[in-house]
Amino acid sequence: MAIEIATPATPPLKWDYAGSKESADIANIEERYGLFIDGEFVSPKSKKYFPTINPATEEPLAEVAEAGEADVGDAVAAARRAYAEVWGPMDGAERAKYVFRIARMIQERSRELAVVETLDGGKPIKESRDVDLPLVAGHFFYYAGWADKLEYAFPGIRPRPLGVAGQVIPWNFPLLMLAWKVAPALAAGNTVVLKPAETTPLTALMVAQIAAEAGLPPGVLNVVTGAGATGAAVVGHDDVDKVAFTGSTAVGKLIATQLAGSHKKLTLELGGKAAHVIFEDAPLDQAIEGVINGIFFNQGHVCCAGSRLLVQENIHDRFVDKLKRRLSTLRVGDPMDKNTDVGAINSRAQLEKITELVDSGRDEGAEMFQPDCVLPDRGFFFKPTLFTNVAQSHRIAQEEIFGPVLSILSFRTPEEAVEKANNTPYGLSAGVWTSKGSRILWMADRLQAGVVWANTYNKFDPASPFGGYKESGFGREGGRHGLLAYMDWDEE
Amino acid sequence: MSRLDVRKTYKLYIGGKFPRSESGRSYPALDADGEVLARVAQGSRKDLRDAVRIAREAVSGWAGTSGYNRGQIMYRIAETLEDRRGTFVEQLSAGGATKKAAESEVAASIDRMVWYAGWADKFAQIYGNLNPVAGPFFNISAPEPTGVVGVIVPEEPALLGLISRLAPVMVPGNTAVVLASERFPMPAITFTEVLNSSDVPGGVVNVLTGFKDELVPWLADHMDINAVDAGGASPEQAIRVQEGAVHNVKRVVLPSANGPGQSPYRIAAFTETKTVWHPKGL
Repeated sequence: MAIEIATPATPPLKWDYAGSKESADIANIEERYGLFIDGEFVSPKSKKYFPTINPATEEPLAEVAEAGEADVGDAVAAARRAYAEVWGPMDGAERAKYVFRIARMIQERSRELAVVETLDGGKPIKESRDVDLPLVAGHFFYYAGWADKLEYAFPGIRPRPLGVAGQVIPWNFPLLMLAWKVAPALAAGNTVVLKPAETTPLTALMVAQIAAEAGLPPGVLNVVTGAGATGAAVVGHDDVDKVAFTGSTAVGKLIATQLAGSHKKLTLELGGKAAHVIFEDAPLDQAIEGVINGIFFNQGHVCCAGSRLLVQENIHDRFVDKLKRRLSTLRVGDPMDKNTDVGAINSRAQLEKITELVDSGRDEGAEMFQPDCVLPDRGFFFKPTLFTNVAQSHRIAQEEIFGPVLSILSFRTPEEAVEKANNTPYGLSAGVWTSKGSRILWMADRLQAGVVWANTYNKFDPASPFGGYKESGFGREGGRHGLLAYMDWDEE
Repeated sequence: MSRLDVRKTYKLYIGGKFPRSESGRSYPALDADGEVLARVAQGSRKDLRDAVRIAREAVSGWAGTSGYNRGQIMYRIAETLEDRRGTFVEQLSAGGATKKAAESEVAASIDRMVWYAGWADKFAQIYGNLNPVAGPFFNISAPEPTGVVGVIVPEEPALLGLISRLAPVMVPGNTAVVLASERFPMPAITFTEVLNSSDVPGGVVNVLTGFKDELVPWLADHMDINAVDAGGASPEQAIRVQEGAVHNVKRVVLPSANGPGQSPYRIAAFTETKTVWHPKGL
């Protein structure tokens, strides 16, 4: 039996920071946006527009066109034409330079893009500025360089593009998911019809402006805004050759059903319920930071969030005490404040979903802890939350909450940790903390997850493949493997 | 007085054993002239579920076997196949192939098994790599087996089709539930005898004979099958596989993905890429 060290009953630290607000002046948000089709912004044939709001204030930011079937048809036709006449036949080295140019222009305008990302989506400015935007530019740089080297990517095959790619992306990382989809598609010689999420359309429209300024040939990248019906029109269009979707497992399954029998190539990056395993010999202070980052990064709106914490039983109480104290120091509030750790929940609908699941956690008998913090009067916010006494059968241990809510379970042996970690239909990511190298590799072999973070969490890189096992989807994004999703090939 | 020959009973192959169908059903396998060659087991939904359960139990052992060892076992299959050439040539000839065509199909099947056997301890080097990330991290991606794979074998060539679909599934450590050629089931059944005497652990390969229209929907919908090679499915069956695959996000290889005979990318289709990160530091 390990010696339990009592945690001193110190009150949560109260550090009063002076506000340090990022200026919104750099964001040149227009009043109204059309659809980006064939190299220019056009009014939608649907004649419909919808507002996009700032979730931190609930104030409207702009009106955005809602693409109907006819609009999607125009976008696909433009993409087909550009594929057949310009982008497909273009020399890879030339394609590469276009993508490099876009990468540079994103870097140049990264502050503006970060500010709009935060205004439209609610994530803390320090994350959009320091994580999202550097990764977005990095992704375009990485894939740009592949455009004229595809024949070296995989031995023994002669690669060719698939054609027109229809891509539907989520609201949690609007620009980063755009980069993950658009950069490899363009580098491999495909043209794109992209449907951003309805709550976060603005930065995709800014990238469309950048593409136009970069001189990207008309039709190579098209952006059609709208909600689920627009997305269904994109993935269901007969002249789309490739569908890539990131979002919920439920919608992913709908898309897969819609595509049955169509011979469109499909990749899916779906939900997750990642286990984050803490062994007794873990470097505990580092592990605490890893756990906090794992679940509260981007308000927990992260498909690979470490939402199921598995703590070895003999350190459970001590670890949970530390975690509670750390939770109490998180700064929740205005996403535009540079000190903010946890920003706004992306939408009212998502806030309601989180609230419902948290209520179910209490109803099912788990014990809830929330720090004593004050939430802003307006906007969609939720306190960082953790649950102890969680059973594997609880909904909060089974379902993806997609919010700042951590469910804590315990285990005794490594075998039990593996069994509990894998006890989910999902398999996107997992985390392990231990000082023992052989145990890390033993665990990494057994965890059914596409990404395993050992003694770290939520790290991403353009060169590193990301994607799921089981019901978390198939196909990889990032790295050499990410090219395969956008290539067809002849075997030699 | 001429001697009466002793005929073989053609049964299923599940978990390293040769059961009859639990349904008690059988159907006639016909030769090219429509004469009955033998009656073979007509597998049922329950047989398929038994096979999946046993295939699932066999995953950790087979996937945990070293590539070196898996390669040796697969090479041993080729050795045993070679030993049974005569039987396969006979069965393929009875199905309507000329003797020359039958001989060349058997030879190609053996050679293909040898080719795939050699991939078992090399494939991860082609398909995995160290990722040069922009930070102080060790970052590696490597393929792992997907799990239990349903394999729908083409109607013909009955033997080469079976080997071509099954071998790449076995290479990375998947286990298989195989639906044999419905019209020409006998080579697949004889092949199970080869497996059974080739050091392949029971449950790694399970072979059902029967009617594909009956079995494909159960295969497609089963929640504990991770991937389906629909290479031998009819267009309607392939759509049914895609529809069923949705329930648990199965990976599906469509008949249209049939390229030339052998490729390491067939192996890749039944793997999952796992990426592992670890910080570097003092």
